[in-house]
Amino acid sequence: MELKATHEIHKRRFSRNLGVGLALLAMVAIVFGLTVVKVKRGDAIQGFDHVVRPEMVPVEGGN
Amino acid sequence: MTEVSINATREYEPTFGDYVALLKPRVMSLVVFTALVGLIVAPVSLHPFEAFCAILFIAVGAGASGALNMWYDADIDAVMRRTAKRPVPSGRVEPGEALAIGLGLSGLSVVMLGLATNLAAAALLAFTIFFYAVIYTMWLKRWTPQNIVIGGAAGAFPPMVGWVAATGSVSVEAVLMFALIFMWTPPHFWALCLFMRSDYDDAGVPMLTVTHGRPATRRHILVYTVLLVPVALGLALTSIGGPVTLAVAVALNLWFLKGALSIWRRDEVMAEADDYSVEKKFFRFSLYYLFLHFGALVADLTLRAAGVL
Repeated sequence: MELKATHEIHKRRFSRNLGVGLALLAMVAIVFGLTVVKVKRGDAIQGFDHVVRPEMVPVEGGN
Repeated sequence: MTEVSINATREYEPTFGDYVALLKPRVMSLVVFTALVGLIVAPVSLHPFEAFCAILFIAVGAGASGALNMWYDADIDAVMRRTAKRPVPSGRVEPGEALAIGLGLSGLSVVMLGLATNLAAAALLAFTIFFYAVIYTMWLKRWTPQNIVIGGAAGAFPPMVGWVAATGSVSVEAVLMFALIFMWTPPHFWALCLFMRSDYDDAGVPMLTVTHGRPATRRHILVYTVLLVPVALGLALTSIGGPVTLAVAVALNLWFLKGALSIWRRDEVMAEADDYSVEKKFFRFSLYYLFLHFGALVADLTLRAAGVL
């Protein structure tokens, strides 16, 4: 008997692949969304933004 | 290609739903609810997207520990009627797959919760998964009849993780939310054990009803219900409580205590005569008990936000 493309096993595989694909897409969206939220708020960003930080300037006469 | 080649590779091709079933979705719904309450009643508010991620990854972590539990307990799950249809004992998912999914999702959930919120919440989630999968499932479940008490701690962590995700630290409110679920679990589960003809004995799991008998289980239900009262009232008196929580706590605990007393006064002859109606009612009520308690905390929060309180 020939293996038909509509065999039940294909439906199961499709459901699994679709589920994994959608889960991965959701993961990408979540990481992207989190990045946007964190960057927009700007906390924990210390460098590379060309902003003078007085606390980082060496104190004259200090160690 | 013939059918033979398909059968040779694998007898059953699992669907996505089979893998989802590994994560114990029904348990996850309770985790989501209590973690969400823990997060929103906390005095520090997160960005809505961060809060969404926190709840999502707490739920994924709970699911991961469920998958690890199903991997390790496949032998006893296969013996018991209630659990024989789970993905691993029924042969739909290979044990190795359950282990891989459990470990993979555990790592993912902890790392992502840490990135979305803070390291303390991530560490607490990691400990929760470890506690449920290793301390409860691998060690104490098959060793002591107090397994339900200890297993209850794993289920009690989510609101605390939610709170820590928002605030970054543990406080008395978080501890009391933990204690509420911790003390509630034994009466809730032992009431179920009384009226469910379970086959834990065949599986070699020491349940209180089997090791110490049903009268002792009835006494234990009463003792834990009495111990639950100060926790519930104490929570109502903290900063996250309020008049609604206090009123709900008083009413629910009076009712719960009355039910536990009735269970304690009965014996098996009386229980069998009315088909365990009191035990069944107590179990159903215990579900509302937890839901209404946490719901009351949200109600007080809403009233405070609206300026009523």
